[in-house]
Amino acid sequence: MLNKRTTLRFSLLSLAVITTLLTGCQTMKERVLDSSADGQTSVELRAIQSRSFDTPDKQKTMRSVIATLQDLGFVVDKADLDLGSVSATKLSGYALRMTVSVRPGASGKNMIVRANAQYNITPVTDPKPYQDFFVSLQKSMFLQANNVD
Amino acid sequence: MKKIISSLTVVALLAGCAGQIPPEALQFQPDNLANRQMQSRKYDIKSEKELLSASSNVLQDMGFNLDESNMPLGVIVASKSRDATDGGQVAGAILLGVLFGAAAVNYDKTQKIRASLVTKPAATKDPIQVLVTTKTGKQIKFDQPVEASNGFIVRVTFQRMVWNQRGVMTKIEGVNDADIYQEFYEKLSKSIFLQAQNVE
Repeated sequence: MLNKRTTLRFSLLSLAVITTLLTGCQTMKERVLDSSADGQTSVELRAIQSRSFDTPDKQKTMRSVIATLQDLGFVVDKADLDLGSVSATKLSGYALRMTVSVRPGASGKNMIVRANAQYNITPVTDPKPYQDFFVSLQKSMFLQANNVD
Repeated sequence: MKKIISSLTVVALLAGCAGQIPPEALQFQPDNLANRQMQSRKYDIKSEKELLSASSNVLQDMGFNLDESNMPLGVIVASKSRDATDGGQVAGAILLGVLFGAAAVNYDKTQKIRASLVTKPAATKDPIQVLVTTKTGKQIKFDQPVEASNGFIVRVTFQRMVWNQRGVMTKIEGVNDADIYQEFYEKLSKSIFLQAQNVE
């Protein structure tokens, strides 16, 4: 009898916990707009995802981005020189999708490279994977990756 | 006790909402270099356009359909859907079906194979080396590769997605089989030769 009651109580408790956690998950609006990604502001996210390279050559920068993505095991999905964007996917038991955009900086002497990644169904907001990516990219560019102000 | 463990697992899964990116996903690993060598070949050809068109012909020979291309960047993306049934796996599935009923039967049925092919100008073995001293007195060395006058490097990468007979995805992986790349480049070499001779 006691045993049964404990079980019931426990089931109710876990149900309550699960319900609370489920309401803790994001709403559709937040998911569409990624507006509350760990309380990060879009300025912070942009800083994590962007680096500036001292070269005016967009084509060379994009070719280096593609070579780096291939080095890291990505297969290119799309590439467009005019728009300056490259998308690629890495499949390795997981699906990691990246879009990298290259645009000229305000000075006209540098290129701003911005990458954003999606791991399975979550956005990557942690700075470390982006740091790793830019370390690989700067080796391939033979240029220092600078933070974007 | 069992119940507690299962409840905790459910709670942990829900609280996470989703998994974390593996730390090595975007790091340059030693096997990346080995893959680069396996997946690349240098061709002494003057025109990148010719190389790309020969490459797209080879992909077509292999039954790939073109998804995306960008000449100025030297990119071709192609894919194809194929059967994924494997005799041994089906035999295993039948055995499982006999032992545990039809619900236990699962075997790979279809797969989608994607390929991206990228060309880039080859570099010579002697890079320009520049030693720069920053304002703070730190010395940085740059190696700038010099583009070779002729010759381009082709790098092709394959990946595949596999679904079982129920339409559930069972595998997503990169294809890193040396034989496949070897054969691909043999075909490409032939295609470039044929194109140069204008044999259709």
